[in-house]
Amino acid sequence: MALLEAQDLVCVRGERTVFAALSLALEPGEALVLSGPNGSGKSSLLRLLAGLLRPAAGRILWQHSLITDDPQAHRGRLSYVGHQDPVKPVLSVRENLTFWTRLKGGADRAVSHALERFGLLALADVPGRMLSAGERRRLNLARLLSAPAPLWLLDEPTVGLDKGSVAALEAVLAAHRAQGGLLLIATHLPLALAGASELGLARFASTEAAA
Amino acid sequence: MTALLAILKRDLRLALRQGADTLVVVLFFVLTVTLFPFGVGPEPDVLARIASGVIWVTALLASLLSLERLFQTDYEDGGLDLLVLAPVGLESMVLAKCLAHWLTTGVPLIVAAPLLALFLDLPADGLGGLLLAMLLGTPTLTLVGAIGAALVLGARRGGVLISLLVLPLYVPVLIFGVAAVDGAVAGFPMRPHLMVLGGLFLGALVLAPWASAAALRQAVE
Repeated sequence: MALLEAQDLVCVRGERTVFAALSLALEPGEALVLSGPNGSGKSSLLRLLAGLLRPAAGRILWQHSLITDDPQAHRGRLSYVGHQDPVKPVLSVRENLTFWTRLKGGADRAVSHALERFGLLALADVPGRMLSAGERRRLNLARLLSAPAPLWLLDEPTVGLDKGSVAALEAVLAAHRAQGGLLLIATHLPLALAGASELGLARFASTEAAA
Repeated sequence: MTALLAILKRDLRLALRQGADTLVVVLFFVLTVTLFPFGVGPEPDVLARIASGVIWVTALLASLLSLERLFQTDYEDGGLDLLVLAPVGLESMVLAKCLAHWLTTGVPLIVAAPLLALFLDLPADGLGGLLLAMLLGTPTLTLVGAIGAALVLGARRGGVLISLLVLPLYVPVLIFGVAAVDGAVAGFPMRPHLMVLGGLFLGALVLAPWASAAALRQAVE
């Protein structure tokens, strides 16, 4: 049974139709890799599914009910990692993660575990401004573990990561799916995702734009 | 509730560690008020007459200074996306942020105001009125300012734009804030003015979080 469904989505940004007639369905444990050239709407699709953007047409369903029926419940069941890493320069690594964890209703004890999985435990008391780009990204990804949610929407999560961290991320993603979690990921880097299906966004590009 | 406390604690901690915001607001307030004796001359009568107006106008301008940063840093580092996506009402999150902002900028203004009142030779009868009026007025400034701060996200030169949007809305607070002090000095009851200020505060408390939240949702689209 499909947990997350999107039907005939149309996304309009500014005056431009980014994609049209896009449908997808995800079952527990399933992963979907979004691919396509720049501007084909990978980020927009993830933001639509998160509820940050509204579709111009089409419906997004979770267990057969519209996500707009209860947006608060929908926000509670998803974790979103975007292009930017929201790390406050004057807060320590632990304080940064603890804040986002509490905001999601997660438990404080999950913070240390999440930091450990992404190799940040040794940096826990270092202020955010001292972190490298890759470390900031790992801190952002650690949110996935500190406040668990069934639906993960990841937008280019591997940017700035070294090989070891990519392997750690792959292990985390595999564990999430093994527990029945859903994963939508936009990535240019081929990640080891067993049995993941791919959605090429280029074929949903609207032709009416040319008219 | 945990989430709202987390926001309040984080914003207070950020303000405490960065410190500059609060300091700038208070220093601007003190410095600008001290300019007036140089500008209008040092006659105590004149200064006493204009004291309430000078203090209130300067307090309005000082509170504008820090508004830009209310949502700007979260907007720039992508944190606003996550705030909007948190499973908590955005309106109550705005309220928590406003409370933190008032504690770190409004309260220091209230503390500095009596000192400046003495400095301008405001009659002692007006001091109580000034404190009460500022206690009721400054939260309104923060709440109304939050709407402006949320609306200008993503705009260039947002700080200037906020002033243009928000200053006209500050006029009622200014009028009744000054009236309360002048009334107290002249021996009239200040209660009616304070009640209007209280009414403005309650109105802002209901409307501002809702309007700011709508503007924030627009900003992340």
